[in-house]
Order: sequence, then structure tokens, then C-alpha cells
Amino acid sequence: MTDKLITAAIVVVGVPAVLIGYIWLTEQVIRILPEKQKPRVRPWLWMAPALAFLALFLVYPMFGTFLRSFQNHPGTEFVGLDNFFWFFGSADALSALKNNVLWLIFLTLFVVGFGLLVAVLVDKVRYESFAKSVIFVPLAISMVAAGVIWLYMYQYRPPGAVQTGTLNAAIDIFGLGPVPWLQVQTFSVNTFMLIIVMAWMWTGFAMVIISAALKGINPELMEAARVDGATEWQVFRGIVFPLLVPTLVVVSTTMIITALKAFDVVFTMTSGNLNTNVIANQMYAEMFKFGQYGRASAIAVVLLLAIIPIMFFNIGRFRAQEAVR
Amino acid sequence: MAKRFRWFTPLMVGALVMAACTTTPTGGDGKTVTVIGTWTDAEQAAFLAMVAPWETETGNTVKYQGTRSINDILAAGVPTGVLPDLAGLPGPGQMAEYAAAGALQPLDDVLDVATYTSETSPALVDLGKVDGKTYGVFIKAALKGLIYYNPTLHDYSASAPATWDELISQGEANQGDAEALWCVGIESGDASGWPATDWIENILLRQSGPDVYNDWWAGKVPWTDPAIKAAFDLYADVIDNTYGGGTNAVATAFQTGGDALFDNPPGCALFQQANFMSGQGKFATLTAGTDFNAFPFPALNPDYANAVEGAGDLFGMFHATDAAKSLMKYLVTAEAQDIWVKAGGALSANKNATSYPDDFSKNAGAAVANAEQFVFDASDLMPSAMNAAFWSHMVSLTSGSETVDEALAALQVVAEDAYAE
Repeated sequence: MTDKLITAAIVVVGVPAVLIGYIWLTEQVIRILPEKQKPRVRPWLWMAPALAFLALFLVYPMFGTFLRSFQNHPGTEFVGLDNFFWFFGSADALSALKNNVLWLIFLTLFVVGFGLLVAVLVDKVRYESFAKSVIFVPLAISMVAAGVIWLYMYQYRPPGAVQTGTLNAAIDIFGLGPVPWLQVQTFSVNTFMLIIVMAWMWTGFAMVIISAALKGINPELMEAARVDGATEWQVFRGIVFPLLVPTLVVVSTTMIITALKAFDVVFTMTSGNLNTNVIANQMYAEMFKFGQYGRASAIAVVLLLAIIPIMFFNIGRFRAQEAVR
Repeated sequence: MAKRFRWFTPLMVGALVMAACTTTPTGGDGKTVTVIGTWTDAEQAAFLAMVAPWETETGNTVKYQGTRSINDILAAGVPTGVLPDLAGLPGPGQMAEYAAAGALQPLDDVLDVATYTSETSPALVDLGKVDGKTYGVFIKAALKGLIYYNPTLHDYSASAPATWDELISQGEANQGDAEALWCVGIESGDASGWPATDWIENILLRQSGPDVYNDWWAGKVPWTDPAIKAAFDLYADVIDNTYGGGTNAVATAFQTGGDALFDNPPGCALFQQANFMSGQGKFATLTAGTDFNAFPFPALNPDYANAVEGAGDLFGMFHATDAAKSLMKYLVTAEAQDIWVKAGGALSANKNATSYPDDFSKNAGAAVANAEQFVFDASDLMPSAMNAAFWSHMVSLTSGSETVDEALAALQVVAEDAYAE
């Protein structure tokens, strides 16, 4: 107990002391420099601790992962591209990859589509903030909890028994079902059921951002169009939508990355059974269950390589927007 | 941020750093023994009750942490050395791995070996050994393949079916209002499918015997072998006669898998599970012997009528401190094990721990301790990738999305990779 208190004291006093000490030190260093150099050096010195942490906790492990992806399972010798050949030759890994493509396309479509729809519709009503809060709340729920909630929604009981799952109880009223939602593999229905859970969570996020962009549009533009006799649909098609495109692109890229990282919902709801696996779960299993560090690293590298173009695209868009300002 | 709150930021950073530094399971000092295990709630309380007399006697303390992710903690701890003194081990495969890595300490000088071997089922003693040295002990045992029934519908205890054919004929004759003969529930989160692998193991053991069984989990019998296919085919028959079919079996959690036995009208007449089922679902609220009962898995081949499948919780030592050694020695004694079994739900590998709360547990405990041919849960002995694929394909097979042949072919592909190293 006492050693914990001492540690606590050191941390509480030490961390601010080190931070303040560091800023003071940089100012001493900058003081010696010629006046012209000062503004150029200062930001780098201030960023240095963050950059060091970034290098230690992000860049170094990334190179480590690259290295590991070429090594055998305990990491004792190099095996060339074997881990990548395994990935693209394994039926399980390819099924996971296929599911990730479904996630990427449909999660993005659902989230951006519904987010846009809700943002535009609630913009026209009086109880806007209430409606937005309701849609936004699921984002505050942990993904595991969301998975458990939706397990109840999708619950299946044999025909004839009382349907306790929300969805099956609902269709039971019309004499339909029950449908084992998470077991139907035709048209990947079970994967879509998982995507819906994630879309339910993230629609609020898209809605808030799109709604903010919507408020930023000059109302005079729309007013002018209406005066000229444009219908509401024409106003949306011709003015609102084009002005929202940059925002939609940002939300879409965020959702694409979210889709590629999908893990929790699949883990809690199906554990990847019945062809619902995604690559993040495959990576987790290879790493923590099977001890296949090489293969897990190879999957991480594939995931990283898939995300990099999207990141560059995103950065490119930011630069373009900055240039416009 | 307002100026006067600026001092707050470093404080928050400090708090975050501190939060990141808490509770990593490390070795205790001379007086404390750190233990991690999979037991939580009631099982954790039973374990703490079991170590209490040792604490009073020696003046040492046990710092126990129950976790469901023991696999991940140990997998990360073995290479880095951040390990508790004693820990539950996921299975014999991992035990051998950790022993080879030098992390696990041999127990031959720690235990009272003569007493331990005389009191414990030989099959379980052997499973704790790596290259002739004891590294793990079974601190808790389980009996697999009990057939549960509801005695108020039909009491099998007078003449329990001895063979599979008798089981089917008696079962169908006494099914009454039950909608189907069997109940099956295989959903279990991340481990979904394991109850189905228990089915295959119990069938295979009694169809083809312990030798084929042991060669099979060791990777020496291919999945496409007729013996394995025969076991899968019989399981497929069971699923055809299951309440709600395979779809419901996949959708039903193992904990509530047998609840339909007690519905009105009952969903099914029979339910196969391990002895620890008595603490799960509706069983936990009912009385063993009067509200529910069970008989042993019947023989399929008369040559293997006395074979039994079991499982258990292995325990190993990572730091050979005096306190840890003393605790380890104490845990396997009949005295300690008696406290454990008295709490209910647990079976002991120790023959002299007999304070079971009811006849149901007592019989199960005796079956484990006195088994002539005892085999360990095969899926737990397979390489982890094989085990995971076995679980997963049992889910596919049960749900009807794969045929027996498709599942076996896919499992054979996994086996060729998983056993390669």
C-alpha cells in the first residue's frame, strides 16, 4: 500500500515537474539561438516529446510488425513471404477478407446514407435536438454492450415456442418466421445483421457531423433558389448536396477505416462462426489463441496496406480544403 | 480552457499514467502468494474457502484474481516473465509449452509425490507430466458425457440404458409429450461449439476406444478416417432428433441447453452434458436426484463399456517461493480437496475427497477417481488452432450449413497445418 502511495506521489508531482522543466529547458536552448532561427526551432522542440512517444509506441512497433510478418511462428527465423501466401491461400482468411469488403461497402453506405437522411430531415423540425440526441445515444454505448443488446433483438426460439427475440416476436405477429438471423448464410444475411448493429451505433456520428455542415451552408443560397421557383428536391440536389460533399467524404473515409477495424461486434455476437469472421478477429485468434505471431503480423500488414491509400486520400482532401481557405 | 484550470492538465496526465500502471499479475513477496485462475463468483468463493485453513496455519496470504482470459495473460506473461506465482493452466498442451520455455517450475520436489500418486487417478497424474516430470496437477476434475433426464417424466435410475440401442428404444418409448428425444445447446460465446465436440468425443471413445481417441487428438488419425466419420454421423442423427433442430441447438446457450427438459410440455426427454451442468441454467435451481438426474453415457461397443471422458483444471507454479511451494503442496491434499467438493459443483481428482453434498456429485466423483479407462477432453488437448476449428465447424455442421463430409474435409485441411510444427 505505501509503495503505491509513493508511486502516486511521484507521478502526481513528477509528471508536471518534468513537463514544466522540459518547456523551461527548451526556452533556455532557444535563447542561445539567433533571432531568425527561433520561430523555426520552437515548434520542433515542443513537438519532440510527442514525436518521441509516437516513434516509440507507433513507428517502432510498426516496423517490428513488418519484420515479424516475414518470420515463422515463434519468430526465430525468416520465412520470406510464407505468411502472406498462407493468408491468400487460406479459405478462412479469404472468407474474412470478403466479409470485410461487405463491411466496408455497406457500413459506409448505411451510415452515411442514414446519417445524411436524418440530418436533412431533422433540420426541418422543431424538436431537432431531441431527435438528434435519440439517434446519437447508441454511439455512447460500448460495442460489446451493443452486441449483447442486439443478441436479444435477434434471439431465436424454435417454432411454436414463445419468441423472446424482438425481431422474431415482431414478425411472429404476421405469422412469419422465426428466422435464425445470425445463422442465415444465404446472401451473407448474418454478416448484414452484424453490419446493421454497427450502423445503428455510428449513424449518430455521421448525422452530427453532416448536420453541423448543413448549418454552415448560407441560407441565402437556398432562399434565392426557392425564390427562383426551385422545388425542395432541386434545392437539395443542386445546392445542399454539392456543398456537403467534402463532409460526406470525410465521414465516408472514417467509416471505411472503422469497417476495416471491425472486431467487437463480431466477437461478441458470432465469434466469427458461420462465415461471419472479419480479418481483425482472424488476427486476434492467430495472435492470442494460436500464438502465430508471424501470421498475425502478416494480417496486420495487409490491414495497414489496405488503410494507407485511404489515409493519403484523406490527407490530400484536408490539404485541398486548407488551400481553398 | 480557462487560465486557472491550466494546472489541471498535467494532473490528468498523471492520473492516466497511474491508471495504466495498476494490477499486473506479478509474483508476490515471501508472505503473499499471487494466484490467477478461471474461477469467478461462487467458484472463487469456494477456492478462497479452500485456501483459508492454509492461510491461518502458515500466516501467509493468497492474493487471488479470477479472469476469463487466462490464456492471453499467460501467453503474454511467459516471454516477458510477468507471471503470478501459481496459475490455472489452459490445458496440457500449453503446460508443455510453458515448461519447455522454462517458465513453469517442476513439482516433483514440491508435492508429497507418493501420497499424490496413490490418491489420484493415474490418467490425471500422467496428464500433468512433461518428459517424466510433474509440472501440473489437477486441482479440479469434471466428468463428461452424463445423460440428464427429468425423473418426474420417466425415472431411468432403476434400469439405466447400458447400450446406445437401449437408450434410443427406451428413450423413444418413454418420450411421452416431449417434442423431441434430445436437447442440445452449443452456444458459448467465443467458445461456441464445445458442447458439440464433447458429443463427438463421447461417441468416438465408446465406438472406437481410447487408443483411436488418443491417436486422433494427437493428429495421428486423419479426420476423414471412417472411425471419425462414424462418430460424426451418429452426432448428426442426434441433431435430427433434437428439439428445434440444429438451428435451435446453435441458437441455445449451453447453460440453458437442458432447460426444455422441465418445460410443460417438455421440449425433450434427454440432454447430454458434463457433471458441472448441475450448477447451470434451471438445473441450478433444482435438486439433484429428485428434480433431475443423470445416467452415464451408454456403451456403443462392448469392448469400451468402462471408458470415461473427463476434463479438469490444471494448476502450475511459475515462481518457486517457499510460500508458493507450500500452497501447491496443500492444494492437492485430500484435506483441501474436501473443502472444494463440499461447496458443490466441483469434482476432485483425489479419491479421498468424498465430502460431496449429494449422491449425484458423489457418483460422478467416484466415476472420475475410479475410471478404468480415462481419457481427457480431446479438443482441449489439440493444438489451439485445431481446437478452434473443431468448435467452429461443429457450429456449421449443427446449423446445417455444412455436411459431415464437408466439415471433416475442412478440418483435415486445418489439421495438416496445425499439427505441422
